[in-house]
Amino acid sequence: MLKFDGVHTHYGNIEALKGIDIKINQGEIVTLIGANGAGKTTTLMTLMGIPQASKGTVTFEGEDITHKATDKIVSNGIAVSPEGRRIFPRMTVYENLQMGAITTKPEYFDADLKKVLGLFPRLEERIDQRGGTLSGGEQQMLAIGRALMARPRLLLMDEPSLGLAPLVVRQIFEIIKEINEQGMTVFLVEQNAFHALKLAHRGYVLVNGEVTMSGTGEELLASSEVRAAYLEGGH
Amino acid sequence: MEYFLQQLINGLSLGAIYGLIAIGYTMVYGIIGMINFAHGEVYMIGAFVSMITFLVLTMLGGIWLPAALLIALIMAMVFTCIWGWTVERLAYRPLRGSFRLAPLISAIGMSIFLQNLVQVLQGARVKPMQPLISGGFELMEHDGFTVTLSYLQIFIIILTIVLMTVFTLIINKTSLGRAQRATEQDRTMAALIGVNVDRTISTTFVMGAALAAVAGLMVTLYYGVIDFYIGFLAGMKAFTAAVLGGIGSLPGAMLGGLLIGLIEAFWSGYFTIEYKDVAVFSILVLVLVFRPTGLLGKPEIEKV
Repeated sequence: MLKFDGVHTHYGNIEALKGIDIKINQGEIVTLIGANGAGKTTTLMTLMGIPQASKGTVTFEGEDITHKATDKIVSNGIAVSPEGRRIFPRMTVYENLQMGAITTKPEYFDADLKKVLGLFPRLEERIDQRGGTLSGGEQQMLAIGRALMARPRLLLMDEPSLGLAPLVVRQIFEIIKEINEQGMTVFLVEQNAFHALKLAHRGYVLVNGEVTMSGTGEELLASSEVRAAYLEGGH
Repeated sequence: MEYFLQQLINGLSLGAIYGLIAIGYTMVYGIIGMINFAHGEVYMIGAFVSMITFLVLTMLGGIWLPAALLIALIMAMVFTCIWGWTVERLAYRPLRGSFRLAPLISAIGMSIFLQNLVQVLQGARVKPMQPLISGGFELMEHDGFTVTLSYLQIFIIILTIVLMTVFTLIINKTSLGRAQRATEQDRTMAALIGVNVDRTISTTFVMGAALAAVAGLMVTLYYGVIDFYIGFLAGMKAFTAAVLGGIGSLPGAMLGGLLIGLIEAFWSGYFTIEYKDVAVFSILVLVLVFRPTGLLGKPEIEKV
């Protein structure tokens, strides 16, 4: 469904991605784990075209999207719940969800809204509240809900567990699983390697802008290098 | 009392004009965080285009006044919208993402360019025009002093109210308005949910330019004299109005405009007309010292 082929990304003179290859199949949850600064977010953002890859290609459903405008990539069927959630703070929950649906046909809106609120009943209680007044967990739900409103076929998630209480993290991961079981392909970027690998079908390990390891979730969880680098110390 | 009422009416009409220009500053600042110093010139071009349209219409023979007003309004809007769009496209968009001062300098350059262009094309002399709308209501008379509310002032105030209502609805209720607010709050995220950010920014410039055109038309009718330099002072005052009201806030811009208009009218009425601009800009300094976010600009409370 999605393919990175030898993708390089630069910020000015700094090479953040050094030729990575990643493949995501329809219906999978694929996770990308790695330390701070390894290039996980850059990988996601390169996929969305901010910034565009300087070398290599990104292919989505057979179409080269490497140099497509971001808003066109969204209408192609990729939505993102970004790092730090980035909901619109001075818009209500309802307006945030409306923003998510900006690329879809208006006639889908009501049904989609119902689906998202069904998934996150908490958002329904807060529907007229401004995004900035929500708690971290609620903001994360809103960020995922907003992404789902775009009717994506591929959902990108960047650190959905960041800064959330363990109980909320578990909820969020359960919802990711549920969305996936309903047929959504998910590309999950996480520092919380343990949870991510348990959830994912396959995973990639990113170190300094290069993919150093890949395999199924269980394989990576079992691998001693992954354990030593990302799982030791309290998980 | 009568004198006070008269200055109030004058101040409100003047303030409406400033407010309309201020909205252009505030919207552009809101969305890209840049002061568009060429905005005053857009207003000046609106004034010139409407005057030229009136002169051409008069030359072609008399035309029903409301129709003439409408034609002038449309012409002024079309021209300034094209200007607003072109200026953004040529002078600001290529600089987006470079250091913060670059677009500001580019805007000042654009402003000087537009002033000189009009000076070359239209000449440096002040252009007068016959008053088109004259007469009005005499509200009251006392000791030989008559309070008048002219038809033109009614026209200015009503048109301003209509435009403000339309703009507020656009910003709050339409998907264009939501896209603008989203771009304002988080440009990258707006792009990530599929907003065409470049187009949204262009539209904002065009909307601000359209309001400046209306202000230009109003000032042509109100004062009957214009020159290539009117954009500078009006632009400065409208910018002051935007800051006074809280830059980035639409109602704030209107409120700021009205206040500036009133200060100017009352100062000219009760003190000396020579110092009216001093009074206006002193208010700006005071507001910035005591309330840097302006009257309606709120310090943001956000969770991260």
